[in-house]
Amino acid sequence: MSAAGIPRGWEVVIGLETHVQLTTRSKIFSGASTAFGAAPNTQVAFVDAALPGTLPVMNRGAVERAIRFGLAIGANVRRRSIMARKNYFYPDLPKGYQISQYEAPIVEGGAITFTLADGTTKAVRLVRAHLEEDAGKSVHDLVPNVSGVDLNRAGTPLLEIVTEPCLASAEEAVAYARALHGLVRWLDICDGNLQEGSFRCDVNVSVRRAGEAKLGTRREIKNLNSFRFIEQAIAAEVRWQIAELEDGRPIVQATVLFDPASGETRAMRSKEEAMDYRYFPDPDLPPLVVTEAEVEAMRAALPELPEAKRLRYVTELGLPAYDAAQLVTDRAMAEYFEAVLAAGAEAKPAANWLLGEVAAALNCEEKSIEACPVTPAQLAGLLARISDGTISHKIGKTVFEALWQGEAASADAVIEARGLEQITDAGAIEKIVDEVLARSATQIADYRAGKEKALMSIVGQVMKASGGKANPQQVNEIIRRRLANGG
Amino acid sequence: MSVAGTQSGWDSFATVAQTKRALEARQVSAEELARHYLARAEILNPTLNAFITLDPERTLAEARAADARRARGEDGEAAPLLGVPVAHKDIYLIEGWRTTCGSRMLANFVAPYTASVVESMTRAGMVTLGKLNMDEFAMGSSNETSYFGPVRNPFDLNRVPGGSSGGSAAAVAAGLAPATTGTDTGGSIRQPAMFCNLTGLKPTYGICSRYGIIAFASSLDQAGPFARTAEDCALLLNAMAGHDPRDATSLERPREDYTRRLEEPLAGLRIGLPREFFGEGVDSGVLAAVEGALEVYRALGATTVEISLPNVKYSVPAYYVVAPAEASSNLSRFDGVRYGHRAAEYDDLLDMYKRTRAEGFGAEVKRRILIGTYVLSHGYYDAYYLQAGKLRRLIAEDFKRAYAECDVVMGPTAPETAFAFGAKSDDPVKMYLNDIFTICANLTGQPALSHPCGVDAQGQAVGLQIIGNYLDEARMLAIAHRFQQATDWHMRRPALEPMRASMAGGAA
Repeated sequence: MSAAGIPRGWEVVIGLETHVQLTTRSKIFSGASTAFGAAPNTQVAFVDAALPGTLPVMNRGAVERAIRFGLAIGANVRRRSIMARKNYFYPDLPKGYQISQYEAPIVEGGAITFTLADGTTKAVRLVRAHLEEDAGKSVHDLVPNVSGVDLNRAGTPLLEIVTEPCLASAEEAVAYARALHGLVRWLDICDGNLQEGSFRCDVNVSVRRAGEAKLGTRREIKNLNSFRFIEQAIAAEVRWQIAELEDGRPIVQATVLFDPASGETRAMRSKEEAMDYRYFPDPDLPPLVVTEAEVEAMRAALPELPEAKRLRYVTELGLPAYDAAQLVTDRAMAEYFEAVLAAGAEAKPAANWLLGEVAAALNCEEKSIEACPVTPAQLAGLLARISDGTISHKIGKTVFEALWQGEAASADAVIEARGLEQITDAGAIEKIVDEVLARSATQIADYRAGKEKALMSIVGQVMKASGGKANPQQVNEIIRRRLANGG
Repeated sequence: MSVAGTQSGWDSFATVAQTKRALEARQVSAEELARHYLARAEILNPTLNAFITLDPERTLAEARAADARRARGEDGEAAPLLGVPVAHKDIYLIEGWRTTCGSRMLANFVAPYTASVVESMTRAGMVTLGKLNMDEFAMGSSNETSYFGPVRNPFDLNRVPGGSSGGSAAAVAAGLAPATTGTDTGGSIRQPAMFCNLTGLKPTYGICSRYGIIAFASSLDQAGPFARTAEDCALLLNAMAGHDPRDATSLERPREDYTRRLEEPLAGLRIGLPREFFGEGVDSGVLAAVEGALEVYRALGATTVEISLPNVKYSVPAYYVVAPAEASSNLSRFDGVRYGHRAAEYDDLLDMYKRTRAEGFGAEVKRRILIGTYVLSHGYYDAYYLQAGKLRRLIAEDFKRAYAECDVVMGPTAPETAFAFGAKSDDPVKMYLNDIFTICANLTGQPALSHPCGVDAQGQAVGLQIIGNYLDEARMLAIAHRFQQATDWHMRRPALEPMRASMAGGAA
């Protein structure tokens, strides 16, 4: 097996189609709310239920979000794009067609850069991103023996983002999906809520013998709404396809579902049953026209993008590639980081604390960085006391916890109230050292016999006796000096 | 005055303008008018079948509300047609009214909201008399495809009233309403206007909102009025037109008074006569009546010039790609899931769809869904739908060139007058060709109207079609108005009295 979990002699080719739910308050063609979780069919305008005589009217907020995305990934934003009808019958599709884009999508091309665990980066080329409406939902468990349809979701605006088939492993696919997820949240065009289906991936997977030029036959894994499932589903699909081919059975193009319980993919329908969607331009909606001025205004209003920040963190702040990539996965995290720097902290310790203590604490309480009880200024104050030696890194954690609990308004106040200031008075430390040495004959003997470890034990005891406040470096030096002097 | 079923003394054939004046002078109330037309419909509708739904209580409530508005002094410019009765083609949704679109699919569908055009006419004060018969989903040229049975032509009960707005035309022609609304996708206002000796207007695409009108072919459908005179059509269009944010294809432009040019003289008017509209296939009686009308126009100071529209010959094929394609998609929503007809028994989802649609739609609708589905299919789209789009542009260019030489284009509205029931219903192509002159204005989106201009040897009405440049409705209505001031073809009334007498006698 290679590092990416792919058997030697095989190559994997992956492309993703991601449905990103846009953050407009109302639906793409009606004024009904897009809020999640309402009682079935309570957020349905006449247009959404496709009553006779109703007509769609485009929500400009959805168009603007699509344009913002296009500009952020360096794509071509079409000044004139076409809404098209995709015709098929299904109970959750009230009009009998989905309004989407076909021949002239609003966003074409562009690329998204992602960083792998080893810090290397890769760019994924996008084919397109197009606007479309979501369908409703079939409901099978509300009334016994009767299937129903909930149209609350029908007409929710989506941006479907399609990559080229250029990802080579599950790891790359997940890294891309995470980067995309971070970007759409960064741009504030999607809330990124995976559980509620705001970010759903269809993954096209094919395999081929290493060195072969022609792509293998692909199968499409539908509707994956977690990064873990993406990874597991691709792994399962790759295993299955390779096993089939090695057994001499050709792959048949198909749509498949991933069952997280069994960890397997299974086919829904094969290509032979593929539908003819009879796409044609929707005569109810004039071409989407975007003026140069509108595009330029939106370009000017774009925030600094994660990729630009990442590069800046590496080149200007000297952060390691991995740290920089981690900090820009979330815009609020990056903004917090920059606020800590603005309050006077140095980049590397600030990054270490954010990605270490802060991230762990947030994780533990399932809080987002926006809800972090410790402010950037408080954190910067804490870091300043560590760097000027007032407290040790370890005491810093105690101070951080106190700040988290809201014990005091600043690190200084915590240090003062709790008397946590580091002991740097050599006389005071020497006193403690002498006390400890007096009852450490065994360790002293071991140390003199060449066991360096014994020294650490003595240091530990001194630190403990000082309540953790003694400057560890001073402690170390004093003990060495004492023992070298022969006691 | 002998009026069936009432002693009101009201002339059932009064124009909208006359009705408006009588209401303003308080010579008649909205309620009296409503009662008059409802009573007349009660007697004549069983024979004519112009109405699918009458709801006298609702109508009378609306009429009384109109009278109350007048009593409160709300009869000014905001409600210029206060109390004037109007009936609507059963393709317009009106809240609380059954809206069938002439189909079994919607035979019991009660609309939960009101079409923008009807809303706007109600604001102008008009009182809804009822919902009018039509070809199923507006697909037909004779009103023979309606699930609710054919409408009879009041001028000859053995002939069709035209279609698809057959009920709309027959109702005005028979004096069951002073005016009605229709929709025109390929001639569905103009051809029945001709067959029933009325003035009917299809405005520029985008003038009247399509919101609340059941879609047939979205890029061609347009609402418009039927009335006895061009002046009435102008009054009605004032109440129907206007930008609507609920229809993305609705034109954003200031309101216009379509009556403002009515008194303009015709001197200097240049009339273009496309040689393609006067050639083979046009009935000689129709041609003779149109020639006679052109003489009147010349006498009124207009000049005529022969022009050519070389691509209009592609109108029918282009139309029979575009209209069915859009219809096949528009009618997909009638699937039995949320409203409308659903088969009583079925095995599974697919079976439910199949049975529901097989039962709910009639033969002509099915034919068009099949054609439309075919032309949009993978591999055929370029050859049909895309090609038809190119033809639409070519035809529009023909007209653009023509308007360098003329102000309006004239010709017969249809190649022949009202035909007998069954004469074309077995031959769809023959039926489709009846719309050969009207379809081009739908394909280009230009305004076009038909006004009465004579009769053929059988005494059947002939219509003259005026096609104008975009947004030129006010001038076109003025042209027809001047013609109607000089002629009285539009004043002809059907001989319904013997029929009424015998029926009224039988009932008494």
